[in-house]
Amino acid sequence: MTSLSYAAPTSVDDAVKLLAGASGLAKVLAGGTDLLVQMRSGRVKPDLIVDTKKIPGLIGIREENGGFVVGASTAGAVVEAHAGMTKAWPGVVEALDLIGSTQVQGRCSLAGNLCNASPAADSVPALYAAAAIAVVVGPKGRREVPVEQIPTGPGRTSLAKDEFILEFKFPPRPARSSDAYLRFIPRTEMDIAVVGCGISVTLDANGVCTAARVSLGAVAPTVLLVKAAADVLVGHTLDADTLAKLDAAAQAACKPISDKRGTIEYRTKIAGVLARRVAAIAFDRAAGKSSGKAH
Amino acid sequence: MARQHVTATINGEETDFLCETQQTLLDTLRDVVGLTGSKEGCASGDCGACSIIMDGRLVCSCLVLGVEAEGSTITTIEGIADGEKLHPIQQKFLEHAALQCGFCTPGLIVATKALLDENPNPTETETRYWLAGNLCRCTGYDKIIRAVMDAAAVMRGETV
Amino acid sequence: MNYIDSNLKVVGTRPIRPDGIDKVTGRAVYSADTRAAGMLWGKILRSPHAHARIISIDTSKAEAVPGVRAVVTAADFPEIASEEAFVGEGPMNFRDLSTNIMARTKVLYEGHALAAVAATTPAAADEALALIDVKYEVLPYVIDVDEAMADGAPVLHDDMFTAGVNPKPSKPSNIAKVVTFKKGDADAGFAQADIIVEGRYTTKPVHQGYIEPHACLATYNPDGQVTIHASSQGHFMIRAYTAKLLGLDMADIRVNPAEIGGGFGGKTLIYLEPVAVALSRKSGKPVKMQMTREDVFRGSGPTSGASMDIKIGAKKDGTIVAAKQVLRFQAGAFAGSPIGPGCMCGFALYDIENVDVLGYDVVSNRPKVAAYRAPGAPITSFAVESALDDLADKLGIDPLELRIKNAAKNGTKTHYGVTHANIGFEQVLAVTKAHPHWTSPVAPGNGRGIAMGFWFNIGGESSATVHVNEDGSVTAATGSPDIGGSRASMGMMVAEVLGITVDRVRTTVADTASIGFTFLTGGSRVTFATGMAVTQAAEKVVEDLKRRAAQTWDIPVEAVEWRDGMAYPAGSNAGAFEPLDLAALALKAGRTGGPINAEVSVNAQGAGAGFGAHICDVKVDKETGHVEIVRYTALQDVGKAIHPSYVEGQIQGGAVQGIGWALSEEYIYNAKGQLDNPGFLDYRCPVASDVPMIEAVLVEVPNPRHPFGARGVGEVPIVPPMAAIRNAIKHATGLQLTDLPMSPPKIRAASDAAA
Repeated sequence: MTSLSYAAPTSVDDAVKLLAGASGLAKVLAGGTDLLVQMRSGRVKPDLIVDTKKIPGLIGIREENGGFVVGASTAGAVVEAHAGMTKAWPGVVEALDLIGSTQVQGRCSLAGNLCNASPAADSVPALYAAAAIAVVVGPKGRREVPVEQIPTGPGRTSLAKDEFILEFKFPPRPARSSDAYLRFIPRTEMDIAVVGCGISVTLDANGVCTAARVSLGAVAPTVLLVKAAADVLVGHTLDADTLAKLDAAAQAACKPISDKRGTIEYRTKIAGVLARRVAAIAFDRAAGKSSGKAH
Repeated sequence: MARQHVTATINGEETDFLCETQQTLLDTLRDVVGLTGSKEGCASGDCGACSIIMDGRLVCSCLVLGVEAEGSTITTIEGIADGEKLHPIQQKFLEHAALQCGFCTPGLIVATKALLDENPNPTETETRYWLAGNLCRCTGYDKIIRAVMDAAAVMRGETV
Repeated sequence: MNYIDSNLKVVGTRPIRPDGIDKVTGRAVYSADTRAAGMLWGKILRSPHAHARIISIDTSKAEAVPGVRAVVTAADFPEIASEEAFVGEGPMNFRDLSTNIMARTKVLYEGHALAAVAATTPAAADEALALIDVKYEVLPYVIDVDEAMADGAPVLHDDMFTAGVNPKPSKPSNIAKVVTFKKGDADAGFAQADIIVEGRYTTKPVHQGYIEPHACLATYNPDGQVTIHASSQGHFMIRAYTAKLLGLDMADIRVNPAEIGGGFGGKTLIYLEPVAVALSRKSGKPVKMQMTREDVFRGSGPTSGASMDIKIGAKKDGTIVAAKQVLRFQAGAFAGSPIGPGCMCGFALYDIENVDVLGYDVVSNRPKVAAYRAPGAPITSFAVESALDDLADKLGIDPLELRIKNAAKNGTKTHYGVTHANIGFEQVLAVTKAHPHWTSPVAPGNGRGIAMGFWFNIGGESSATVHVNEDGSVTAATGSPDIGGSRASMGMMVAEVLGITVDRVRTTVADTASIGFTFLTGGSRVTFATGMAVTQAAEKVVEDLKRRAAQTWDIPVEAVEWRDGMAYPAGSNAGAFEPLDLAALALKAGRTGGPINAEVSVNAQGAGAGFGAHICDVKVDKETGHVEIVRYTALQDVGKAIHPSYVEGQIQGGAVQGIGWALSEEYIYNAKGQLDNPGFLDYRCPVASDVPMIEAVLVEVPNPRHPFGARGVGEVPIVPPMAAIRNAIKHATGLQLTDLPMSPPKIRAASDAAA
């Protein structure tokens, strides 16, 4: 750590050059709410820190082709203050809002949360459910990657060492669509999710689900996209039978570990509980019955 | 190892300092700039005792590098009062006995300022969730919440 | 003098504390807030193993790191012979204290300190620590108290032969001592009982959780004089233990009390100061040391985890006829858990004819236990108050009525031999019975629980001075670190006695060279004992002022009275003199005998015991096991509340610590005996959104042994919460939980098992 360098490039190209040319370990810095903790604990010992916050486009939210584009290093608090994102993606916003404390919200970013690749990351199940696309930049230019292809294991991503995420693209929202996210934690705040669940649905005029994505966090080495649970919802209203099947599908998808935050058995049960509760909120929101926070 | 030269506006004053690359803003404020009002309780962003306002946002200074402060505007606990005149938040903390050992108090006062800057009329629940990142072990939070709600009323002009 | 029935003008009001502005502006100076020219940064190397023999420590590479100025190990500390000490609120041996702060031949827990370095930068110190080469012989470890007592458990000390057992065991074990307290004949009592409840209760170690990590700045001067700037619950304790552990004279050590960021008992002993002094001696520079949060969790003093067996028998009419408890407390790596108070406090609240309590003090490979707010009592009361609630259920009697029926009164003899006097338990119970929380209906689906708590509170040695300065302003100093607002109370008592407003009294905490010996800030003793000293000092000053007025007026001193901050002739016969205020008398002090001051040291006796009752309503999410505290009321006999806001604060703070102990706090160990959660992320203290407002109800039954009627208040409030919440969960769900913390997975699992 005695030779740690820091750079705050002002263009994507400069940032890519720094990452590509780094002789030791280079880490991208957005909010720093994971990186600084890991540096202090000795888990990560970078030689170079590349701060992306001064690159145009990395911070900010814009509308494009009917969908929102969120700069990768945009702080959670900024996303939560954005009326458009909150209306279209209340689940993504509430998931992001749950990361850490208000102080952490002042810094943390969607990209940081995704690329830290913790299976318990709060915003990630909601991002998966939203079918967000990560725009990745590197020496070969840019490519678009579905977010669920970025984390590959605890602490590992599919990005090359000279790549980073520029922004996230959220698809346009059809009518009667909404999402929701809940996590279970022992206290009311500040804990890492024991289980997290994000669900996005589109309904028809009769409340029948026409499209769904269901994602579970903290129950496998990576956040899971659970197609079997989504299939339970499509073509149905959220009646008791659907809820029971959803619960079962969520539990069946779990491959959790037992650790200081939860046991295999407990996490599996709670995955089912949360899936039911999140679906209820998402369906209600999509049908226009409620808005605002789930908690 | 070369130190970095950083210029920032701290509590309204343009300030420059040298810090090492891996030094957090908290360590820089305390050990280099000499502002020891922000405290280290955990150095991992879990207790809020190091809270400052940076470019208008409430943050944990232990989760920011000193070098990241370049060009920023920072408010620490030392900048809350107006010279000798206490801010209503500080006054209400004293009146309500919202501190016992006082160690979490700087972080809480800064966090409260950020809350009331954004939401001048928070409910008790909103206040508790906003302040969830500020641990207090002495008071059980009761008098803190009362002080915050009372300070908010003062700042809205509803009471003194 | 006794002011209990007086018309008080200051005591009982709520002035702003004298140190308050410094604390809300960031100006207050805590342990880590000072620097010294040429200062070095000291850091400690801690064992990664739960139990190991130290084969060798090679510090040569560390010493060669640029910037390193000193490295110390146990070799730099004198070997201390076994000597009993009263450390904080519990027994400890100086030899153990020495070995705890710097391991000699063995490391006994993960986090056990075994070397330290001082360097010009923190980074250089870290680099040096990483280069200290320690060769360990890793040994099997044991942490759980029952496992530590079992045959075949790894033994920590081969010279530990259980005390209190006859005949003395021939083999060493992990049981440091056995204590027993008996009253009457418990077996006979149980034979008379109509209903008996039995249970086994277990708790995990929890930490005091103060937000300020231990820190100090120590300077060893070439002339052998030492200054230490540190926060603590007793700077005289820092002086004494540092002197003892380094073989120095106490007079050569001066400790300046920094403001303290929480202690709750965990700062009634030392970890860093002797190490910092040793590093300073070796390097010739001031040395600053600061524990990281991980160091605090791994290397300071969480309280005992425990296992307990309890049996209570009662007659159909609710009279408890027999009570029995077996308590097994973790002491940590060295002997000295709060097993004594644990054995005494559980049944101390009740008038029971036949009581039998047996307690085991058991060592195991986890940090040495330090005091934590009413040490031992919260643990034992978790069992007692839960069992009493179950007894009430079985008897079909209201749980509060059961307590009222069996409540200790003045004159009740406890099972540990002390007879209660000047207690206020009955009054607390009466106020509880009438309180709207208790009389209101429980919301559908919620559950309500009630539990009681007791703590002896202590008195002891305190010193205080009161000076009337040359301009008539007043300075009052004591030797008690101010951990929760006591400076305010001290100033208020002085102002009351002098008859002036509190803003005219400046209260300070004096360093060890500037005031007489003062025992710890702990045991809920400061308002009582130090308050007694400062009150007596103020009274002496008043007597002195009257004498000077008498001299000035040339009348007998009996003809002078003191009122509202002034000397008056007592009646028209004494003479028509204008009253003399403090300023006037101070102005002439040189002519009336010199400086106006008084210093008083007391060994305060007659501390009043405290009793509390807590009511808690909970809502349980049966699917997740999450418990929400919906309403919480804490009622307590607080004697005379000198400053009611700070008394309420003690009650609210203790209750919330108890809520954390009940629901979410615990030490979690991995398979290697290493702490899995040494941080505030996974060691889960309550946050602001976890708790509601805590209604604190002050029941004032004055303690006649204190001039203003004060009794200790700080420790009782942490005793009832765990059982109150456990009982509330039971009434909400039917589940009889017996293991702390009552975390969501346990509640969900118990729910599933019951279905």
